Order: sequence, then structure tokens, then C-alpha cells
Amino acid sequence: MPQIRRFLLSWNEEFSQILLGLTIFVLAILLDRASPFFMTWENWRNILDQSALLVIISVGMTFVICTSGIDLSVGAITALSGVCMALALHSGLSVEASILLGLAAGAAAGLFNGLLISQLNISPFIVTLAAMSVTRGIALILTKGIPIYGFSKSFTWWGSGHVGPVNPPILMALMLALLGALVLNRTKLGYYTLALGGNEEALRRSGIANKAYKTIVYTISGLTAAIGGLVVTARLNTAEPLAGWMLELDAIAAVVLGGTDMKGGRGSITGTVMACLLLGMLRNGLTILNIPSYYQQLTIGLIILVAIVISELRLRNAPGHGNMMKED
Amino acid sequence: MTTKPNGSVIRISHLSKSYGNISALRDVSLDIYPGEILAIVGDNGAGKSTLIKILSGAVKPDSGYIKVGENSYQYLSPTKAIRLGISAVYQDLALVDCRDVVSNIFLGREIVKVGLLIDRGKMEKEARRVLDSLQVSIPSLKTPVGLLSGGQRQGLAVARAIIQGGNVIIFDEPTAALGVQESAKVIRLMQELARAGMAVVVISHNLHHVFEIAERICVLRHGEIAAVCSTRESQPSHIVELIMGAPQITRDVNFSGVQSDAAN
Repeated sequence: MPQIRRFLLSWNEEFSQILLGLTIFVLAILLDRASPFFMTWENWRNILDQSALLVIISVGMTFVICTSGIDLSVGAITALSGVCMALALHSGLSVEASILLGLAAGAAAGLFNGLLISQLNISPFIVTLAAMSVTRGIALILTKGIPIYGFSKSFTWWGSGHVGPVNPPILMALMLALLGALVLNRTKLGYYTLALGGNEEALRRSGIANKAYKTIVYTISGLTAAIGGLVVTARLNTAEPLAGWMLELDAIAAVVLGGTDMKGGRGSITGTVMACLLLGMLRNGLTILNIPSYYQQLTIGLIILVAIVISELRLRNAPGHGNMMKED
Repeated sequence: MTTKPNGSVIRISHLSKSYGNISALRDVSLDIYPGEILAIVGDNGAGKSTLIKILSGAVKPDSGYIKVGENSYQYLSPTKAIRLGISAVYQDLALVDCRDVVSNIFLGREIVKVGLLIDRGKMEKEARRVLDSLQVSIPSLKTPVGLLSGGQRQGLAVARAIIQGGNVIIFDEPTAALGVQESAKVIRLMQELARAGMAVVVISHNLHHVFEIAERICVLRHGEIAAVCSTRESQPSHIVELIMGAPQITRDVNFSGVQSDAAN
């Protein structure tokens, strides 16, 4: 079936983005028809606010998946860094110092993942699966399983304050996405991130500190997860040891849906952001339409499955993963 | 054995390397000169790849040292080798197939502006210049490298070695995967590099090519240097004998076995 193969080969990031854009557009029209409330600014601010956390986490996840890795620990890191911020705040530390401490905890968890993966050459899946459990465990131990709540206004501002028509999480998500796109497309770190997913040995032989770059990528993922922790904790005015539960799956889904190859080497922050928006709209729409949350889970799962099947079919025909194009 | 009094860019002294019980290299000493093409030949497992991997920093030797310019090193890392001016074009080419031509040519040598952002325009211009000078025709620099032909890929790997800016360039079986025309191109390219004053080291199974381009031939056998010969003063049959280790074996290779089978 050469036509199908040619079609899949021409399926690049741009095409994924056009398709995502169209889907978002069509979905918006459908939801607008279904509910007059959908197209109000109030509702859109709600969608953006709900998507902000996922965007923040998914920027880091895009980097990880571009290296052909995976980070299953981001949800747990979100919880741990929130807990660290809460404990620091309640111990009397300033808001700034507490936030920095929480971010440092997330970055440290990511660094730890990165070192194990790059230095000991262990599969990212295994390392971050263990890290997920360990990190969540530490968050539970530190809080004894009880949520910590009640922070100053200057802290909760980070989750529910106002900056013009939007709130800080939306702004942070936007800034992180822009920064992430710039780094991925225009810096050495981004170039090496993508090359790591293609041929790590080629980097090593070109004199690039491949292991250091890989470690940096997981540290970035830990840091973005910690920024997510700030958003969740400040928004809810509560540090919940079970915060960010299954968030890793949503982030992975957003990244894949956005056109980033699960096998690395190719990826786009723009696509990731669009996918986050699509997932946010879908959740919002299904809620507006009063569809039970079980069906939401099912719908989103099915969409992710379709995205992964397309990605997989395309990869089988794409160059760069040892499966070169064969003559018809 | 030919010797040159001085002026070597690299002097390899008493290098040894073993993998477990198997010794891949034993007490190998060799000089590499600028403007010269040196061929390294030998049977499979003779230690050719190990030798060039040590030179390019991919493998650490157990003992011996490598003198580059005035300094001696016990081993090189890929980073150090490139910094010292030693570039390698590996047999597998070490390309990142999913990335485009420019990213591959500049892998590890990206041009940045404001100390941070990659200067794509400048890189494309420079890549085009080097590819043109090598007469490698690649229509779009944005093509993923995995979609290029064998010759284009080889040309690209050479372009990268040139961008790395060294004065020693090592080729590992550069023509093994290529057709006749593409092989001729690569051979011409190696000659031009040597003419430009670079030291060219080439590993090849193809004695025909070796005699066409090399000035000296280093024969490895069982991890040791069997001989270093001047191409002008040796015959291919002599080199084959050195590679195989015994003259009578080369006679056996002359299909005499097949004939005796037929006689039976």
C-alpha cells in the first residue's frame, strides 16, 4: 500500500499541528452549538486555567520523550514539591524561599532520575517507575498522609491571583511553552535532546557530553513538575500528598497527541500545547454536556490510543530508527 | 619498512588492548604524517578497528601512549581527539538519521549567536560550502539524513569531519557500502584531503583501492604490526601474504582446493 505509506511519511509535526488545529476548531463549533455557555470568556478562562498545569508538566515531558525516554514520576514530583513548599511555609520561611525550595526538590528528583538513567544506563521506564513510588512515598511520609493547608495570600496568588484578564498559572504556562519551544528548536540543548532520541552513540563520538545532556533533560522534567506543584498547591491552598495523581499519563498523552515521536528524535512544543488545549476543551465540553466522568475517561483514552497508533504506523515507515524506507 | 625522520602528527607507541582473554592489539607503534595517505589493512579481527577507535577516542587502550604534537596521552576521549584535530568517519557513519543534513554536519560544532541561539542561516551557508567543495550533491539541507543515499551519507560524514577542523582524518572502510561511482568519488576526496596537507588514515579491505591511493600500508595480523610497507615498493601479492601470515596459504587461496576436489 504505497499510497498509505507515502501519506504516513509526509505526516510530520506540521501536519500533526494542522490536524490538531482543525480538531480544536471543529470541536469548538460543535460545543458552541451544544451549549451557549461554551464560548463565553468565563468558560475559556476556565479551560485555559485547567490546561495550564498540564502544559507546564508537558513541556518537560516533551523534552524527555524527544530523547526517546519517558518520565513516569512527574505526578509524584508535583506532589512532593508542593509538600516541600507547604512545610517550608509553615516552618516560617518566606514565600520566595519556600517556592525556591520546592522547585529545588523537584529539580533534584529529576536530576536523580537523570543520573541513574544516563550514568548507569538503566531504562527510563524502570527508573522513573521506581521514582514515582519513592517520591510519592516521601510526600506521604512528610505529611503523614494528611493534606497541609492554609497559606498566606502572597503564596496563593501564584495559583489564583490576577494578572490582567488571566491568572499566574496561565501566564507561567505560556512563558514556559515559549521558552521550551525556543530551547528545543534554537539551542544546542534542544538539538542534542532531539539527536539523543535518534542516535546517542553518534553524539558521544562527536565529542558531545551525551550523558550530561540526558541528565539535564530529566532535571528539566523534574523542574517543570515542581512548577506544576506550585500551581496546584497555591490554587487549592492545600499541599496534598496525592496531588498530581496519574498526571504523568495525561502529560504523555498530550505530548504524543501533539506529534512528538514516542521513539524520540522528533517533537514539537507547539503541538504539545495544542494537544493540552484540546484535552482541556474536551474535558470541559464533556462536563458542560453533563456526560459522566467515566465516559470522559473513556473518550480521552480512546483519543490517546488513536494518536499512538498513528504515531506508531508512521514510525514504521519513517527514517531514523533503523527501519529505513524499503523499495516498493 | 619505510621511515621518515620526523614531522609526524601522531606517534603511536606500544599500544596494547585486550578484551577479556582476547588481545586485540599488542605493542603497536606507528607514525602518522601530514599530507600522506596511510592504509591499514588486515584480516577480520586483526585489530584495525580497535586501533582507529583508540585514535578517535572511542576505546581506551590498556597500555602504551599516543603522542599528538608535543604532548603524550595514555588515552583519548572523543572530545579530546576532536580537540586535538583527529576526526573519524566511522564505517556506520555515526549519523542521526531522524535529524536533517545541517544538524548532522554540525553535530557538536553548532554555530551559536549571542552565545546561546543556534545560527541556522550561517550553518546552512557553511554546510553548503563544504558539501559543494566535496562535490556532494544534496538538494535540500532540511532532508532527514535517513532518506539520503549511501554516497550522500558518506559525503555528509566527511563534511562533518572537515567541519570539525582537524588535521588528521580517519576513514573506516569508506567504500565498503558504496557503488563504483561513489567509491571513486570518495577516493578522489581522500586524495584531495591529503593534498591539502591533512594526514589521512584509511582502513580498507579493498587492496585495489589501497594501492591506488595509499603511500604506506600498515599490515596488522593478530593484533600486531606485520609490516609497514611503501606502496611503491610492494606488490599486492606480497601484502596478501603478509595479511594471511604465510606465503603457502596464498597459493591455497588460488582455487587449487577447488581443482583438487574436481579431480577427485
